[in-house]
Amino acid sequence: MKHEDIIFAGFGGQGVLFAGQLLSYSGIAENLHVTWIPSYGPEMRGGTANCTVILSEEEIGAPIIRHPTIAVVLNLPSMEKYEPLVKPGGLLIVNSSLIPMTTERQDIRTIYVAASDIATELGNPRMANMVILGALIGATHIVSLETVARQLNEHLSQRQRKWLEPNIVALKKGAGIAKG
Amino acid sequence: MTKELLKGNVAFAEAAVRYGVQAYFGYPITPQSEALEHLSGRMIDEGRVFLQAESEVAAINMVYGAACAGVRVMASTSGPGFSLMAEGFSYIAGSEVPVVVVNMMRGGPGLGNIQPSQSDYFFMTKSAGHGDFHAIVLAPANVQELIDMMGLAFDLAEKYRTLVFVAGDGALGQMMESAELPPMQPVRTERPDWAVTGNAGRESRVITSLYLDPDQLEELNLHLQRKLAVIKANEIRWQEYQTDDADLLLIAYGTVGRICLSVMREARQQGLKVGLLRPQTLWPFAEARIAELAGRVRGILVAEMSAGQMLEDVERAVKGKVPIRFHGRMGGNMPMVDEILAEVWKLAAEIGIGEQ
Repeated sequence: MKHEDIIFAGFGGQGVLFAGQLLSYSGIAENLHVTWIPSYGPEMRGGTANCTVILSEEEIGAPIIRHPTIAVVLNLPSMEKYEPLVKPGGLLIVNSSLIPMTTERQDIRTIYVAASDIATELGNPRMANMVILGALIGATHIVSLETVARQLNEHLSQRQRKWLEPNIVALKKGAGIAKG
Repeated sequence: MTKELLKGNVAFAEAAVRYGVQAYFGYPITPQSEALEHLSGRMIDEGRVFLQAESEVAAINMVYGAACAGVRVMASTSGPGFSLMAEGFSYIAGSEVPVVVVNMMRGGPGLGNIQPSQSDYFFMTKSAGHGDFHAIVLAPANVQELIDMMGLAFDLAEKYRTLVFVAGDGALGQMMESAELPPMQPVRTERPDWAVTGNAGRESRVITSLYLDPDQLEELNLHLQRKLAVIKANEIRWQEYQTDDADLLLIAYGTVGRICLSVMREARQQGLKVGLLRPQTLWPFAEARIAELAGRVRGILVAEMSAGQMLEDVERAVKGKVPIRFHGRMGGNMPMVDEILAEVWKLAAEIGIGEQ
């Protein structure tokens, strides 16, 4: 059964909440049960903005989790906080542009993506969230990249529309890195 | 209709619009302010009434007035605002007018904080104001149920001419979830035959909670008690998960109810026969069913985001038949699956059905 407990974490402004929402919209488009919940309760402490996204084929129970099956970390405080918490057998995706640290854990899969550098090369460092979301999709196929691109088209605000194509490129770039 | 990603607060507000709410009065308070934000646009677009009052005291009295005029009306708030509304709740109960109020509970007492809590259980189920009355209290556990319960809340309020609370918490208000909104329903145009609508061509009607004659006031109270008895007989709702073969029973509502669904699944994977009863009405309460299950299971664990409020109703229903353990978090903290699971194992060890 398809079920992932995913935490997106970074500084406020890095777009972790939006990345989580975009994944949530995509999950619904692929008929999964979805919950998205922003920083709440004990996990909000420690200088990070984060959200928990759960995608599942069955009715979702707890909307918050202690041990994610996937942690996507965009800054150092998030890495320090969530790296030890990833469930054995889970996946850790690291924004290596801003996190000068590697994990020693052998019981999880880790993918390093220079998301902020790639986004900057593509024209806007704020697209790091799309690079890293692309990596998540490329590594797990929890939803298809086409679905995510379609949902981005539907949910990107008017003000940001000019960034639609570059964001899709960012998603694809991230997905390519995770596959390779 | 299709499923959308909906934030709890927006979902209940939009559901109210689609279920034909004609007037909304409120005052912003976290964690439910998105509801006002949403309604401030939608209600005006639909040509209905949206009014941000100067305080919750004013808001609930506006609600009271609109309810007396026979329109579908609601308010929403959180702990501190809910406290301010208590005087109005009592007048509404005494006057027997239909009103729906959503309370997205937050940490208390006092200003507390804006994190989720279930510590208004006593307040909502036992004593929402002075005098002898109960409101019907609905307890949704997810965004879909929150949407559905808005329709139920209006129907029950109008059927029984009573006050209905929809008891959520900050997590339910703030989270987004896949859910489906109802289609737009027509707004009711006729007014009930008790409403004060201007008495041209008929005898005047009076809606009041003032009865200076003790016999008259006692008669009103007896009438209210008879009505509450009918509600108790007909409107108790709950959901059960895998209680058929359960040795241990979890009892939890709202957000903690759904957290306990995960606890139940994990416990079963670990070999414990655990079931879950999730009350969907907090008043009236599923006491008869809990008493029945207490005769079959060997232990009960109650979990809440409070010091143990629903726990007292469970204890009253169980009457000491089986051991009851309690796990509560306060201050805006939500219990995690693993900490409740640890309590399940302690209970299992206590009654001798397993060691982890």
